[in-house]
Amino acid sequence: MTGLRRGSVAVVGAAESDLGAAPPHTTPIDLMAQASCRALDECGLPLSAVDGIFAATTQARFAPMMLAEYLGVQPRYFDGTQVGGSSPITHVAHAIAAIEHGLCDVALIAYGSTQRLVSRAAASPPDANPYETPFRPMLPTSAYALAAARHMHQFGTTREQLAEVAVAARQWALMNPKAWEKEPLTIEQVLSSRMISHPLTVRDICLVTDGGGAIVLTSAERARSLAKPPVYVLGVGEALPHGSISNMADLTVTAAVESGRAAYAMAGLGPAEVQMASLYDAFTINPILFLEDLGFCPKGEGGRFVADGAIAPGGRFPVNTNGGGLSYCHPGMYGLLAMLEAIRQIRGECGPRNVPGCEVTLAHGNGVAFSSQCTVVFGGEATV
Amino acid sequence: MKPSPLAQYVEHLEAGDLAYQVCLDDDRPVFFPRLIAPKTGSTNLAWRVSKGLGTVYSTTVVHHRGEAPLNVVLVDMDEGFRLMSRVEEVPADEVRIGMRVKARVHPAEDGKLPYPVFTPVTAETPAENRS
Repeated sequence: MTGLRRGSVAVVGAAESDLGAAPPHTTPIDLMAQASCRALDECGLPLSAVDGIFAATTQARFAPMMLAEYLGVQPRYFDGTQVGGSSPITHVAHAIAAIEHGLCDVALIAYGSTQRLVSRAAASPPDANPYETPFRPMLPTSAYALAAARHMHQFGTTREQLAEVAVAARQWALMNPKAWEKEPLTIEQVLSSRMISHPLTVRDICLVTDGGGAIVLTSAERARSLAKPPVYVLGVGEALPHGSISNMADLTVTAAVESGRAAYAMAGLGPAEVQMASLYDAFTINPILFLEDLGFCPKGEGGRFVADGAIAPGGRFPVNTNGGGLSYCHPGMYGLLAMLEAIRQIRGECGPRNVPGCEVTLAHGNGVAFSSQCTVVFGGEATV
Repeated sequence: MKPSPLAQYVEHLEAGDLAYQVCLDDDRPVFFPRLIAPKTGSTNLAWRVSKGLGTVYSTTVVHHRGEAPLNVVLVDMDEGFRLMSRVEEVPADEVRIGMRVKARVHPAEDGKLPYPVFTPVTAETPAENRS
């Protein structure tokens, strides 16, 4: 059990920065600040109301400090937890704790990256690891390729099933005007694309874009007086099982098992109640493993679960309805954008891709090499 | 101060051996080498030399631009620890999960440290077979 209270805190503002290709000399903090002010404008809170700042990016070692400086805010509470792509979801968990304890009233969680502008190598230089670096894995991709290969070996998952994840993401992206990708994609195109780290081709791998986002959280009581319908945080869970892929105990089982269990326990519900999921899709194997580990299908069945368009528009379970990191936007760390779509689904802001009557959604973040796993369950007014 | 865990590991490699540690408090193998054993927190770590035999746990073929395909594997050693490496003397895309492999040392070059690599085991004596 996490010790946090179900529904005590709500998301009141949620926004992207400009996405895609940022103009020259844009900084990651520019994008954080832009998204932050859009999220605040949405709910009608002034910048001066923000007293908690949560931020992390690979491009600024001291992200909360630099964002606070940029915005001219002196926060009472701040947190720069950096555990890779899932970091913004850990920030939600930590913000709830801070708000529940009166350490801050309005928590701003922001993310920004200009990795397309400055190159991935410059935006996110890998830490040297004397037990991995000599073998020249293309990290992070090769870590996920090793997991995919093991899943294929153990459970008969196929490259076509991996490709289904990319094709479903593309179909959703074509329904999202903000998505980077604008053209249809077929399974055959995924399979025949340039091989990067077998079995993953360039189309099994997320985009390299610029972009950012921000969400604003406050107590459920205060949230009800603001402009947007509150989206309540029903449950959160965090897990930190290992650092590098060499130390992952079983490449076919992620710690989404633990983060999901904690989030469901706090939320008092299970996968059957979840109507839509944002599952961090840095690579096509990821949603397959998360569908299994978060209880949407049995272990080993993820590949078969996603087959035949099951997670695509019109399928049995909507996943990554914004187009995901594979086709919508992937600015280095995707966790914040994963949450945005899960929040907007409950608000009913997703147009033709909105799940009808959407009241319960889940966002799951992943970091580094299946290293950090963080899950959040959101709920609408009917759930509290 | 004593040589670091990595320095001691490299010393073994320079002598032609793949070494690992065992936590004497719980008899579990430890890899990568450390000052403190995971879970127990013990400093009672002893070095052991591996017999060098293991099984490919997973494999990928990495395509660095403009280069020949490169194999990267995770190997489960018979002594119960896992490490990243590559399998040589076989095309990168013919390395298979479950393949039995034997370690050898890739020597230090260009100022870089030596590291262990593997070759396929063609014929194993029954005594060497993993039970």
